[in-house]
Amino acid sequence: MAQNRQSACLPCGKGLCGGKGLLTLKDGAWTNNPLAIQVLGICSALAVTNRLENSLVMGAALIFVCVGSNLFVSLLRKYTPHRIRMIAEVAIIATFVILFDQFLKAFYWDMSKQLGPYVGLIITNCIVMGRAEAFALQNPPVLSIVDGLANGFGYAVILAIIGFFRELLGTGKVMGYTMLDGQWYTPNQLMILAPGAFFALGVIIAIFNWLKGPEVEENK
Amino acid sequence: MNETSAIVILLAAILTNNILLTNFLGICSFIACSGQIGTAVGLGTAVTFVLTMTTMINFAIYHLVLIPLGLDHLTFIIFIAVIAAFVQFVEMFVEKFSPKLYFALGIFLPLITVNCAILGASLFMIIRDYSFLQSVGFGFGAGIGWALAIILMAGLRQKMRYSNIPQPFQGVPIAMIVTCVLAMAFMGFAGMVSIQ
Repeated sequence: MAQNRQSACLPCGKGLCGGKGLLTLKDGAWTNNPLAIQVLGICSALAVTNRLENSLVMGAALIFVCVGSNLFVSLLRKYTPHRIRMIAEVAIIATFVILFDQFLKAFYWDMSKQLGPYVGLIITNCIVMGRAEAFALQNPPVLSIVDGLANGFGYAVILAIIGFFRELLGTGKVMGYTMLDGQWYTPNQLMILAPGAFFALGVIIAIFNWLKGPEVEENK
Repeated sequence: MNETSAIVILLAAILTNNILLTNFLGICSFIACSGQIGTAVGLGTAVTFVLTMTTMINFAIYHLVLIPLGLDHLTFIIFIAVIAAFVQFVEMFVEKFSPKLYFALGIFLPLITVNCAILGASLFMIIRDYSFLQSVGFGFGAGIGWALAIILMAGLRQKMRYSNIPQPFQGVPIAMIVTCVLAMAFMGFAGMVSIQ
């Protein structure tokens, strides 16, 4: 069994993550997808998905913050007094969010303007906090990085899917390229406005529920 | 600095630029706590109060401390610390002086720290460059708007309990679709007042 686990973890070298790497990866990105299954952190998922480009940048931001904060929360897990762990987690998360925000402001000013306050709002994103609290506090650093990566990735993919369809149906373009011709397709402006966001996310979650079948309800 | 009067901002924050239905802030607790009208009213009141107060405190800190010292890159971390400290303070205060209110609001207060509407309102205030009065109007209006949306939603969800919803849509997805309709209804206010 141990042999099996080792070989399952080959991509990461010497099995640093104790063979749990792939499992953690699958759990974060698919089985327990933070957005579609657990429905966490949906504020930003709704707000920035009016264009695919914004969605991708936001996904990258979340992966960065989630990996960084998971790593440091995990490194400091033995030195953090239990009573003040929340404020320590928030401070670590805020640090990484500030790093990303300053990076955007320095190199991608337009993008920073478009995302507005939503980069700062990653601090209150339940996914990052939830992973730090539920996973990084109990697990070694390498495994925590994998977990952060998996959850960030699961979030980013759903964000990209929503962003793709909202931009496609709302403007007929994707990343500035015309996909649906204006001659036979009239862009549905509603999709890039607020109601379209709620509708798109509702449908995506429903599809995930449908794919996973009815046993999800019983597990809960 | 823009010149819109505080009253206009208050109205706009409630109806046309509702913080929940157009800016998507505070959705997590909106979905989780909109099952009962009573719960929704309690949470809405708590959020309105905290939102108004933290906008004022954060305005003062930002303009009196962070800007003069050139520390505006610390904005996020200071704001979230102020919000957490304020919520903690309110919790202790209410517990000591009004145990009845504490039991009514008690469980919602800690939740408010992670409600992104609170931090979001403070960030919007900075981005839109509001004056003090405008900030108070915006904070109060945003709180009322959020409370209005969650109470409406709680009413709708109580009715929805008796309807036959397709299995994959049960729970969160149908709540999203209903919110979509609610957001569309609020779009009807769009031409009335507007803020940027």
